[in-house]
Amino acid sequence: QKVSVEVLDHLEHLALVDFRDLEGVERLQKAIQFADQLLEVNTDGVEPMDSVLEDRCLYLREDDVTEGNCTKDLLENAREKVEEYFLAPPGNIPLPKLEE
Amino acid sequence: AVLKDGLRSQVSAALKEGQVTPTELCQRCLALIKSTKFLNAYITVAEETALKQAEESEERYKKGQPLGILDGIPIAVKDNFNTAGIETTCASNMLKGYISPYNATVVQKLLDQGAVLLGKTNLDEFAMGSGSTDGVFGPVRNPWSYSKQYKEKSVPKSHSEDEESSWVITGGSSGGSAAAVSSFTCFAALGSDTGGSTRNPAAHCGVVGLKPTYGLISRHGLIPLVNSMDVPGILTRCVDDAAILLGSLAGHDPKDSTTIQDDFKPFELPNLTDISKFSIGIPKEYHAPGLSSEILALWSKAADLFKNAGAKVVEVSLPHTRYSIVCYHVLCTAEVASNMARFDGLEYGHRSDKKDSTESMYAATRREGFNDVVRGRILSGNYFLLKQNYEKYFVKAQKVRRLIANDFMKVFKSGVDILLAPTTLTDAALYTEFIQEDNRTRSAQDDILTQAANMAGLPAISVPTALSERGLPVGLQFIGRSFQEKQLLTVAKWFEKQVQFPVIELEEVKRHDNGVFQHQKSSFS
Repeated sequence: QKVSVEVLDHLEHLALVDFRDLEGVERLQKAIQFADQLLEVNTDGVEPMDSVLEDRCLYLREDDVTEGNCTKDLLENAREKVEEYFLAPPGNIPLPKLEE
Repeated sequence: AVLKDGLRSQVSAALKEGQVTPTELCQRCLALIKSTKFLNAYITVAEETALKQAEESEERYKKGQPLGILDGIPIAVKDNFNTAGIETTCASNMLKGYISPYNATVVQKLLDQGAVLLGKTNLDEFAMGSGSTDGVFGPVRNPWSYSKQYKEKSVPKSHSEDEESSWVITGGSSGGSAAAVSSFTCFAALGSDTGGSTRNPAAHCGVVGLKPTYGLISRHGLIPLVNSMDVPGILTRCVDDAAILLGSLAGHDPKDSTTIQDDFKPFELPNLTDISKFSIGIPKEYHAPGLSSEILALWSKAADLFKNAGAKVVEVSLPHTRYSIVCYHVLCTAEVASNMARFDGLEYGHRSDKKDSTESMYAATRREGFNDVVRGRILSGNYFLLKQNYEKYFVKAQKVRRLIANDFMKVFKSGVDILLAPTTLTDAALYTEFIQEDNRTRSAQDDILTQAANMAGLPAISVPTALSERGLPVGLQFIGRSFQEKQLLTVAKWFEKQVQFPVIELEEVKRHDNGVFQHQKSSFS
């Protein structure tokens, strides 16, 4: 059961990572095949587990400002910036569709 | 020789008494790092800052006010932990040149106690792999490849080209950290463990590798792979040292809401002589396909060791073991797909020159920055998270995860205190053989004995047990109950004492540091 070109295309758009070549696509096929083994397991009545710490209350701290004012440090690592903005190319331009 | 001191309590005593100074210790470690450069264990050596930290430590010792047992002790940190002012690359093009603006909590804790940060160690790219062979800075070489023990057994006494191709891998993904500790360049190193990444290289490099309970040590600043399974790992040369490191790192961190809020009390390990009160479980499913007969025999011998010492040794069953690797595969790739989304080139890291649109810039940045392994996992993860697949794969895997965790709970409820199992299927492979198979296949094979503990969040420790027929280390692992590290380490320490694992005889090192070691020998005999 092969993955359709539509789905491959959709994945590339979601992941913003390309399959690059046939090898990449085959790798995905193998990964899916591998994962299909899970379907054998009987999980009737079993709740999904999000976290091993599910029986505990998550720590919530007080809504107080305890740190910040580090704009300069954070901008250090950005390659393109203008004043205190991270600079991005124009948005809302979709990627071209995947060829067969 | 000071550098060979596994017991940091000995080194600490030496520092306190002025037998050796922090700067001397630091300089020796730095020199050793230089002379063992061929191991490729370090990505970045922070020479200047390390010496400065050592000098500050020396001042404190002079005043008689050391910060604690870790003051002046050289340590190394895996390159997926943020270290302020020091490049953090995750062995990926995506973060080459990235200088962290902050310290990971565990790094900060070590520095606050006066530890000397020597540098950042090599790993598989973004900690994905089981060989430490897939990073952009090249593979890490197992120091045991250059040991007398290995050479006598495995290297034909001929040309250097044979020597070149006879080196073995460290295992991964914390291979650099394991190699650094194993070759005496530091006294302890931080690794990370998501599917066995600390225990696997620990076993292959003959060092102790501790995976703490999920929620015990802060992940703040550890570049995440799988948020629900990642933990910082501890690599040391003996179990006592692991306990010391654990004591300085564990505890609630307000910056990591997944750390538990219970008070953590650092402990000293008792010198247990009577093991008879313990019940050791031998999980039969860990006799997995591919387990070498050698390791099977060692595992059996270890079980007998406990039995003969009066402990209760029982065979137990963890029935869902054979599905754990598949379950891990789905959950891991799904969480990876989510975690890797942050790398878009805008705020930090590599940025492509493509300017047409945001999306094309992101896509190009990620194509240029990530290797095949990372990209493959992102794509697989996104597939399993698609609306049409979500229930079928992701939720299903979460259910299987519960079954796996329950398997452990049942066994511990039945009275078993500690599980004993192999850490790896074989001893370290030749690099030339290891790279014949792709990363995903290798990871699936090698993680089989280690990753169930990550799924259940349990603490586990790999202890060097014996040398294989090829002269390479083999480790066995102990898995304990959640947050029962004291019990786990107590048993591990007892075992360590029984097996008396040999010290590595590194000939290359001896050649370069003859003078240094001789000098030490005379001061400490």
